[in-house]
Amino acid sequence: MTARAVITGIGVVAPGQPGRENFWEMVVKGRTATRRITLFDPAPFRSRIGAECDFDPEQNGLTYQEIARTDRAGQFAIVAAREAVADSGIDLGTEEPHRIGVSVGNGVGNAISMEQEYRKVSDNGRQWLVDQGYMVPHLYSYVMSSSLATEVAWATGAEGPTTVVSSGCCAGIDAVGYAVDLIREGSAEVMMAGATDAPIYPITVSCFDTLRASSTSNDDPEHACRPFDLRRNGLVLGEGSAVFVIEELEHARRRGARIYCEVAGYSARANGYHMTGLRPDGREMGEAITAALDEARINPDEIDYANAHGSGTRQNDRHETAAYKRSLGEHAYRIPVSSIKSMVGHSLGSIGSIEIAASALSIDRGTVPPTANYEERDPECDLDYVPGTAREADLDVVLSVGSGFGGFQSAVVLTSPRRIR
Amino acid sequence: MTTSVVTGVGVVAPNGLDREAWWQATLDGKSGLGRIGRFDPSRYPVQIAGEAFGFDPADHAPQRLVSETDAMTQYAFGATNEALADAVVRPEDFSDLEMAVITANSSGGVEFGQRELQKLYADGPQAVGAYMSIAWFYAATTGQLSIRHGMRGPCGVLCSEQAGGLDVLAQARRVLAKGTRLVVSGGTDASLSPYGLVCQLATGRLSTRARPDRAFIPFDPEAGGYVPGEGGAILVVEDLDEARARGAERIYGEIAGYAATFDPRPGSGRPPGLRRAAELALADAGTLPDAVDVVFADGHGVPELDRAEAEALTALFGAEGVPVSVPKTMTGRLYAGGAPLDVAAALLALRDQVIPPSVNARPDPGYRLDLVTHSPRKARLRTALVLARGYGGFNAAVVVRSV
Repeated sequence: MTARAVITGIGVVAPGQPGRENFWEMVVKGRTATRRITLFDPAPFRSRIGAECDFDPEQNGLTYQEIARTDRAGQFAIVAAREAVADSGIDLGTEEPHRIGVSVGNGVGNAISMEQEYRKVSDNGRQWLVDQGYMVPHLYSYVMSSSLATEVAWATGAEGPTTVVSSGCCAGIDAVGYAVDLIREGSAEVMMAGATDAPIYPITVSCFDTLRASSTSNDDPEHACRPFDLRRNGLVLGEGSAVFVIEELEHARRRGARIYCEVAGYSARANGYHMTGLRPDGREMGEAITAALDEARINPDEIDYANAHGSGTRQNDRHETAAYKRSLGEHAYRIPVSSIKSMVGHSLGSIGSIEIAASALSIDRGTVPPTANYEERDPECDLDYVPGTAREADLDVVLSVGSGFGGFQSAVVLTSPRRIR
Repeated sequence: MTTSVVTGVGVVAPNGLDREAWWQATLDGKSGLGRIGRFDPSRYPVQIAGEAFGFDPADHAPQRLVSETDAMTQYAFGATNEALADAVVRPEDFSDLEMAVITANSSGGVEFGQRELQKLYADGPQAVGAYMSIAWFYAATTGQLSIRHGMRGPCGVLCSEQAGGLDVLAQARRVLAKGTRLVVSGGTDASLSPYGLVCQLATGRLSTRARPDRAFIPFDPEAGGYVPGEGGAILVVEDLDEARARGAERIYGEIAGYAATFDPRPGSGRPPGLRRAAELALADAGTLPDAVDVVFADGHGVPELDRAEAEALTALFGAEGVPVSVPKTMTGRLYAGGAPLDVAAALLALRDQVIPPSVNARPDPGYRLDLVTHSPRKARLRTALVLARGYGGFNAAVVVRSV
């Protein structure tokens, strides 16, 4: 392996107020953004809770044209990408455009626009032979997720390898892994990498209702998502985006960039078992963790913090807890393991990148964010889940994991710039 | 250094529901384009498409899997079965973690999604089926294939419209280089529900011609858009030494080079990126343009895009400097399935030493292309270049080469 990939800029649009620092302040204070859904009237649904972004596209600097042609997911991504570029201090105008690539993770595309426009052309579900008289000009961009990568490329002037990575709920990790591979092989020097999703709309909410996977704590939405807690009752849908400037190490050094962390190892594994099911033994996620550590050439006992998938379903919590024990051994009991989904919900294809943002910031700020709402211990989940309050800690190696529909599991290992020699 | 080779090819296409049927039809110039049959297209300006008529998913997967999948995934079931059989993959030769699935997708399971959206709005949230969550999303096909065939290695899904079908082959090569032994890759798409068609109409790039033989004629002076199609191809990709060691019966060719670029944002005045993608892919393959024996062009059928591609090709190869083929005139553009099908065509062209025709297109002499038009052309073929462009600015190029 020759080239190394480092994160030099972070942009976040997370539930609550947009912006990296708003996001970080919220998660270290253990505040939750979960609330009764406002994006539509959730009354007819089983789960009526979401973690929503208080996002105004105009106030966040989007042009009229960008607003007119993009879905909410695209708007999040553009804003996060611009914040990442500003944060990194990189002058994209002086970079070779074809050495800048884009890798955007996503789960459900431009879901809100696709559904809204469907209602118009179908007369609200009455017509199978939908009426093209009500078709909007950007409709094709709404049915494809690839338009999200187009928007990030246009926002940053990238002309290198550009794609959407769409492996469901692991996409936010996989998009970063993809970017790192492109930098290591020399296909790009700078990658705009991250993820975005805006799934809080009736069709997606219906899907999770049908699967009975989402929380029904409708009377107490602020405490609805309770990863690893005995009284958990499901996930809470979220939305948002995190985008990074990921650079080849020497490129970052030449311009004197501030380095948040190195992306030292990544891996993806599939369970080959079930589209939505997980076995309690933690095998597949454990394998993903081990493979990511192998790639990073890091021993399990060097991990200082595990940023958990922690979706708030019993199935995941058991699988994930078992996975840490399988892959890290006794060390699993010695490290903090926390899930920010308790605060920002599960934004499907985006959450992996939002969690990588939290992990990178945890190294940078020397702070482990807590698991909010964790109160009652589950005998099946007996690790240190950092209940309620953030902890100061010197973090050299942070693990972040994800798991999703399709049977996918991914893991990424971030290391402090102190470890870069 | 890994040499990634294709050892199995599976196809579901509008002009042939398996590899050899499609290939024979392609060489015979038999088109699969016709009037849309899945629904009555009378009210739409586009009535011609390439549909995989006669494909019965029950021939390729148990009923349980048919119920929980969209047609896009069902085509992949068929093509994957064929590709694995073609590669003579014996499950005992591989552990589950040594195999992976990496597919391209473009618009998800649109027909399945339209049906569930209709239930949601006509009948309420409780009417939405449990399989919507796993059938519609872009990762459905990779997930289902991974489970069906017990392939647990580094799986993936890439979406860059038509270009994504080449991006996944590069990703397959990457994971092979990291130690995975076998990758099922390629793509299939099926976006011909009424809502899917109307989404595509919004681009203004679809052909509104009523005659199937004049609807999709890339590089023709009368080109007036493209015809959408469905289906695609699935390839089994392995490391050459590994494939030989396990006694793989056929090695179609090497995925020798690849590159992807993105067009400058509109209004920048900078040139499009297709030519650079081709140049970088040739460099990646360690090949000069004069070693390329045939080009499978993107062949969009939209005049300004045809001109841009012709300019890229003449800049690289000179005027009429290389035979060019667009067999997708017989299938339509298959989105995520289109480029893998072109790679399949390139590999079978290498196998049979013949260039398939681009039926119906009569090239504009101003483009100065050596387009293989009415009938197949025998030729000595060792190296082929496959180009793909995805809506929104994506460009990709792959070089395949005989081993």
